[in-house]
Amino acid sequence: MKKLINEPDTVVDEMLEGMVTAHPELRRLEGTEVVVRADAPVEGKVGIVSGGGSGHEPTHAGYIGDGMLDGAAAGEVFTSPTADQISEMIQACDGGEGVFCVVKNYEGDVMNFETAIEMAEMEADTDVGYVVVDDDVAVEDSLYTSGRRGVAGTIFVHKAAGAMAHRGADLAEIERIAEKVNGRVGTMGTALTSCVTPEKGEPTFDLGADEIELGIGIHGEPGTERTEVMSADKITDHLAEAVLEDLELESGAEVATIVNGMGGTPLMELYVVNRRLQELLEDHGLETWNARVGDYMTSLDMMGCSITVLELDDELKELLAYPAETPGLTVAEG
Amino acid sequence: MGREAQSEAIREATAAMADRMAAEKSFLTDLDSAIGDADHGANMNRGFQAALARLEDADDDPATLVKTVGVALVSEVGGAAGPLYGGSLMKASGELEEGVTAESSVAFAERYLETVEERGKASVGDKTMVDAITPAVHTYRKAIEVDDHDPLEALGKAVDAAERGVAFTTPIRAKKGRASYLGWRSVGHQDPGATSTLYLLEELFAVAEEHLDGDVEIDAEADVDPEELGEPAVGGDVDESANSDGGS
Repeated sequence: MKKLINEPDTVVDEMLEGMVTAHPELRRLEGTEVVVRADAPVEGKVGIVSGGGSGHEPTHAGYIGDGMLDGAAAGEVFTSPTADQISEMIQACDGGEGVFCVVKNYEGDVMNFETAIEMAEMEADTDVGYVVVDDDVAVEDSLYTSGRRGVAGTIFVHKAAGAMAHRGADLAEIERIAEKVNGRVGTMGTALTSCVTPEKGEPTFDLGADEIELGIGIHGEPGTERTEVMSADKITDHLAEAVLEDLELESGAEVATIVNGMGGTPLMELYVVNRRLQELLEDHGLETWNARVGDYMTSLDMMGCSITVLELDDELKELLAYPAETPGLTVAEG
Repeated sequence: MGREAQSEAIREATAAMADRMAAEKSFLTDLDSAIGDADHGANMNRGFQAALARLEDADDDPATLVKTVGVALVSEVGGAAGPLYGGSLMKASGELEEGVTAESSVAFAERYLETVEERGKASVGDKTMVDAITPAVHTYRKAIEVDDHDPLEALGKAVDAAERGVAFTTPIRAKKGRASYLGWRSVGHQDPGATSTLYLLEELFAVAEEHLDGDVEIDAEADVDPEELGEPAVGGDVDESANSDGGS
């Protein structure tokens, strides 16, 4: 499979180098695969950090900026960053008010973040809080996780926590909001093709030309069901119904949605999915307050998408509307 | 044993463990390729070689040395195995701040086991490193506290117990870690994490024998053994379950 890379071993390093060059408001911590705001630590504000394997761009470092993340630790492709680097990131993002970590529910990520938090507390006496995001409604246990996986719903957690921190909230308040978002968000995804990792150079799983995989994660791990390829509307219905069944929303509820591309699907097709998603939500008596469409949490070059629905209230609407400026997501003032 | 001798024993034990990981690299990877992702041997070897290198500049204090090994494993083993082997060692090293004694070695071993169980969310019977560590730690404590054995003898019994724990992992089904995704197909394969844990304990015992032979039992100074015990604990393999990959 053709790839625009030099060596598999240098992909992450070279990506991060290219990224900080493109975005001078970001900088890399020397000798690490950690990216932080150029002006980190921001004094008088809780630092918000995230991290995980690479291959999900613009997640994670793409959400660094005013109103969202202060730092992000990148691991190798689909592999957790190490605890020592996460700990360095935490210490670099502590402006005196502590640091809050947004962790997706994968064994490696959770264990490394927990260990890193202990290291930061031990070495620098940093106050640290964290949330483990598990929004994927497809599975209870997946290839990489005990319990539900953390996927595209994480973007909403980054956004809400980042806005809270920017407004001056303390660690406990930020944790409350992060848990609140995680408790009200659901996601389900589908793959039309497998992703191809730089290391392996060939598809991670075999999918026939006329097959799709439903309930997939973001690392090329198997889904819950394999079916014949269906129309965009039918796939959308399948994904959205699974999410709505999990969320159990009352008619009249307001929601925010994400139609997220997995990396290899054209925006044209994502809009086609969004069209049907909004029709279906309306049929359920739900009101969409904000709909996002694009590549937010990808799986390298996988073709496919995921659908995320977040149940809103006034507090969450305020936080999602709060200004943010990052390479991957911008919300304008006003 | 004085602190200097304890520190020397910890350095020697780390070197012996690093040699053993290098020697068993292929075998551990073979075990892991059957039910995991075929990187356990390489990851453990990389971690212990890094730990050995970092000890060169570390202060001669037992707790500091053990913590240094832990941090090196966290940084270099990677995935979930880093926190399981290294993070647990880091945490347990706090028990050795007053030096290695029979008493502190028991506390160290128990803290190590607790941390592995908590972080890996694994229990006995899940087909993980816990199946080797638990019998070793329980046997060690009983030998010291109930049977009044000297630390060297206690450590020898702990190694035997770990060996039986490793054998126990073969006929059972994995419930944690990557191997658990194989379901019933995991039955019949020996757990790589339990296996590397046993190797680390064996090396600890060998070094303890050199340092403690004959004079250990005399007093609480049996410290050396505890240290060594501690170290193996450190080395204790992560569950296979602790996917070294632990991806996100």
